[in-house]
This record gives sequence, C-alpha cells and structure tokens, in this order.
Amino acid sequence: MNYSDSFRDKELVQGLARRIADLTKGLSKPLVFMEVCGTHTMAIYQFGLRSLLPPEVKLISGPGCPVCVTPNSYLDRAIALCRLPDVIITSFGDMLRVPGSSSSLMEERAKGADIRVVYSPLDAVQLAARNPSKRVVFLGVGFETTAPTIAGSILAAKAQGLTNYFVLASHKTMPQPMAILSADPDLQVDGYICPAHVSAIIGADAYRFLCEEYKVPCVVTGFEPTDVLQGVEMLVRQALAGESKVEIQYSRVVRWEGNAKAQAMLADVFTPFDAPWRGIGVLPGSGLRIADRYAEFDAELAIPVEVEELKEHKGCLCGEILKGKVSPFDCPLFGGKCTPESPVGACMVSSEGTCAAAFKYGR
Amino acid sequence: MNNDLILLGHGSGGRLSHQLLDELIIPQLSSVPVAGQNDAALLNVGGIRLAFSTDSYVVDPVFFPGGNIGDLAINGTVNDLAMMGARPLCLSVGFILEEGFSKAELARILASMREAADAAGVAIVTGDTKVVPKGKGDRIFINTSGIGAVEHNLHIDGASARVGDKVIVNGTIGDHGIAVLSAREGLEIDSGIQSDSAPLNGLVADLLPLGPALHVLRDPTRGGVATTLKEIALQSGVTITLDEKSLPVNPGVKGVCSILGLDPLYVANEGKLLAFVAPDQAEAALARMRRHPLGKDAAIIGEVTGASAGKVQMETLVGGVRGVEMLAGEQLPRIC
Repeated sequence: MNYSDSFRDKELVQGLARRIADLTKGLSKPLVFMEVCGTHTMAIYQFGLRSLLPPEVKLISGPGCPVCVTPNSYLDRAIALCRLPDVIITSFGDMLRVPGSSSSLMEERAKGADIRVVYSPLDAVQLAARNPSKRVVFLGVGFETTAPTIAGSILAAKAQGLTNYFVLASHKTMPQPMAILSADPDLQVDGYICPAHVSAIIGADAYRFLCEEYKVPCVVTGFEPTDVLQGVEMLVRQALAGESKVEIQYSRVVRWEGNAKAQAMLADVFTPFDAPWRGIGVLPGSGLRIADRYAEFDAELAIPVEVEELKEHKGCLCGEILKGKVSPFDCPLFGGKCTPESPVGACMVSSEGTCAAAFKYGR
Repeated sequence: MNNDLILLGHGSGGRLSHQLLDELIIPQLSSVPVAGQNDAALLNVGGIRLAFSTDSYVVDPVFFPGGNIGDLAINGTVNDLAMMGARPLCLSVGFILEEGFSKAELARILASMREAADAAGVAIVTGDTKVVPKGKGDRIFINTSGIGAVEHNLHIDGASARVGDKVIVNGTIGDHGIAVLSAREGLEIDSGIQSDSAPLNGLVADLLPLGPALHVLRDPTRGGVATTLKEIALQSGVTITLDEKSLPVNPGVKGVCSILGLDPLYVANEGKLLAFVAPDQAEAALARMRRHPLGKDAAIIGEVTGASAGKVQMETLVGGVRGVEMLAGEQLPRIC
C-alpha cells in the first residue's frame, strides 16, 4: 500500500461515514456544508462520497473552480488577443472550451489562431524566448495556488530580459466570496469545507473573521476521501455544539500562518483589485492584477485590443450554481443544451466545474 | 456557439466523435447507426464469412516509448478484426508523407511494421504512398485496412452483453495514452511507462474455445475503458457495474494521471481487450487469458448488473457509487 492509498482505505472511510450518521441521526433539518474548492468538488463526486453520507448531511458546491468564476469579459479579451497575427496564446487546457460572448478559444484555434496548451507558465516563457518575433500571452487564471507560479514566470521573463512575454491576469483570492455567501439570507450554510492547497498558501488564520462575523464553522480539509469525511465530521461536531471556529483537518500540509515565501512573491508581483466573479459580481479586493512595477508584462495594458460587446448566455444558471443555491440538475439547460462538448456555461467546461463533475459522475 | 467547424474533440473517440458520425457521416454513407457499429464489418462472400476493417494513424509524436506509428498501424487494424473473433489474413497500407520527412525514420517505421505484421501472422498485400508539400501534413500519416476470416458461429457483438456477464480486461489500463503523452513536446515526463501496443489475435484465438459463453470483445482504444463500456452498455441495453479496486493500473500511469488530473479509465490502450463472458465461464476465461503473455495481469473488473437504457457505474475504492460517462471533448489537464 502506498502513501496515498492509506487515505483511501475502505474500512476507515466507512467507519467515518457511520460516525457521521450516528452523530446526525434524527436531525429535523439537514446540515448543509459547502466546499469552495474545485478539487474538493471533484473528489466528492469521483469517490461517490455523497452516496456514503446520511440524508441529514448535505454537501453543496461553491465558487471554487477558477475557470468557472472567470467572467465572459475576460474570455472575450483573450479571444480578441488571439486574433492578432503575432500573438501566441498559452493556457492551461480547461480555458480553451469556455464560451465567451460569441466564440471560444477552441473555436478560434480551429479557425487558425495560435493557441497552445502548456503545463507550466515557465513553458510559455521558454516559448517567448524561442519566438522573439511573436508576443506570447499566458492566461493567468486561478486562485492562490496557481498565482505564485505565474508570478514566478513574470520574474523569470524579467530576469531573462524578455519583452515579448505577457500575462492576462484574472486571479481570484479566497476567502472574500465566502463572506458574501455567508451574508446571503437566501443561503443557509452550516459550515465550510475550506480549500486545502489555497490554505497552504494563505494560512488557516485567513478564515478566522468568517467564524467571528458570521458564526460559521470552518475546517481546512484535505482532498483524499478520509480527509473529506473527517473534515465533515469536525464540521458536524462544531455545528451540533453550536461552535464556530477554524480547525485544520489537513494538518500534514496547512499551517495557521501559511507560506510566507509564496505570500511575499504574490505581494511583489500582484496587487489586489476588485475582481468580477461570474454570477456573483464584483467583489472588493477579491482578485489579483499585475502590480504597476511589472506593468510591461500586463497583456491588458501592453497589448490594446478592441473587445466585443459583452453578451451573457440566456437561461444559464452558472451564477446560482456557483453560489450553491441550485444544483446542476435544477438547471433547465443541464444535459440538454449544455453538455461538456457543447457547454453554455463555464461550470460545464472545467474538469473541476460543478456541472461537469455532475455530468461525468453524478447521474 | 458556432457549430460549423470540426474540432479536435471530434477525433477523441468520445461523445463528439459519436455525434459527428451520427449526424454527418453515417447518414450519408451507411444504414447502420453508430450504436450498431462494431470494430469491423462482417461480410458474407459466397458463403465465406469475412471481417473487414480500416483505421488511420496520426499519432504525435511518431516515436514513443514502447512503439511507433508503424507497429501501432498494424496492431490497431489486426485488433479491430480480432474483436470480431476473426483470424486476420491480410492488410493494405497507405502512407501520406510530408515533404522533408526523414528516410531513416521511415525505414525505422517500416521495420516495426514488418516485425508487427510477422508477430500477428498477417500479410501486407497492397499499398499506396502519397507525398504532400511541407506544412500540409504532419510528418507521416498511415492508413491500414484488413481482412480476416470468421471461422466460428458465435455471435460476438457489442449488443450481446447479458445480465450476469463478467467483464474481463487482459491487463493494466491507460499505458498507451500515458506513454504517448509523456513523450510529447513540452511535457517530457520520464514515467518509464511503455505503450502496450500489441496484436491481440493470438489471445482472442485462445478465448474462442469458450464458445457461446463469449458475448462481447472490444478493444478500448481512444476514449479508454470508460467510453468503450458505455458504448457496449448502450448497444446491449444493460447496466455495467465496475469495481474500482479491481482495475489493474500501473503505478506510473496512476502517478502521471494524478499529476495531470487525468482518469486512467479514459486513457487510450492499444493492446487491451474487454471480454464479456457468461458468469459460469468467467474463471475459465480468466485462466485462459492469464496463460497468454498478453493476459498475465488479466482481471475481472466488473459485471453486467441489470437491464437499462445503457448505464455504467462504478463502486469506488472507498465503497461509494458514481456514474461513468463517455469521454467528453479531449482529455484536458486540470488548471489548479
């Protein structure tokens, strides 16, 4: 048995599930816990964890998939950039299928745009070094887990003296959206399964204000099945005891103060801004844009383009799904007009999107 | 969204490929819907039963750990014939070469083709070679077509799965896709994984004595085991339940998949088959497979658990249950 298998032990998992069932037996109203990380969404579907939990515990998904919360306006700008003849767009794969107002990067690639999937932003920097006559733009999307690697790519490009590497940055940060969701009177969340690796960067202390202001339990939880269920058990115990505090289930990785080196790198290269979240709106200080001292790497400033007029897709419930208010199965487009191969909303695109996970694993 | 263009996902072997076939190609060229199609056509020529199949090979990179486009092109078509229980007799080979392709590399590819054809006991009897200008092709594309003799009276067909059947795979899954992926420019992971590219006709010949207990044979290539099982479930109108802990997956494949956010169930194989066998003969089938060098890691990975409109589900490692769908789009790496 290797290291990760021990976190997938059937007996342990079923024992945890039984304990949760015993604790919650006979509750008149189910406890609702929200995960706000796409990797949790995936793990819960992939291991069929919902099928192991009693009806008294309900897991809902929040705005934790970076591709899904990226608004149409960002895609439209990326699409406008890819139509420039000397631009190479580089991205992680999932962004390619996300529909913008009237096209997607995958469609633009089929029409001849130079769009390449890379596995690391440093590959995009190398591509820029090898193609001095081209402008290479990396699509910088993701939470605090991804942002440091993109900051690193900007520092690498600067160190190499490259003038043809750019980042179109739309990074999001936690936990601001959790505060918005906690304040929403239509949404009853009894506790948060807090992200694992985001918390490794920002530290578990970041969630303390949520517990204090909104009286909601927070448990920083790992991604393996035993992690998730242990995290759920810790939330159940807090909820039943009427407590609201931050606990760390994922103590093998996460510290209260986080990763100081990564935080310093983010503070150097990026600057917080009021970021637009798909379906949620503009949240104060909830995103990272490139800091002024690195402005020459900011694709939005350095490569002016005309961006088409924003069109939202009618009938798509991504916004409500991202807030955990409705499940994918409640969306009239789910599985009919909106499928992974012909997605209407971003939640159906990303492998970590709630709708994509529900489509692939949940039916 | 603009739906007028062919996207890469249309070649993935998954849902988009099925759509393209059902909506555009099959209505013009065939009377059999994609759900009724098998790996090869069965022909009756003056009382002699033949299987006929064709396949094109565009793998990138051309050389990868454990094989190259040449042996792949032979084994792929041999396997399509073998999945009908046919004995492969002869192949045609068509080359489309890009101007500037190296003769030395072509020679290496041809040597692998010769070797693979000899190993499968199949003759290459006719061929064609075209050259396109530089930039109008990608190094080398190969098409092979093949004819096989059907010397049994069994009804081996994707529509023949029955409730109670055991699902058997002849070894580890996902090796080919991961071998190719790790050799791809920009990734270059030293996973140590070799492609499983191999001719399966010998293994199939060892299974045919099982007789009418052998219901379905299919090779899970593009789209992987998940997509192939979903096809069979739809064709046969059954529910297939997989047992995750029985799935044989190489640790290296598991590792690369977990780094890139891929699922081995959706990764391509080139030397694997799925056999649906009546329950009373399942152990015998497993024993026959394990005696063959290409089946030593064979395992029962699931069974047909009921009649339905075509459902595949899996009991997960931790005892939960989840659905298994066809591959949608291309398998893309995760973003965070």
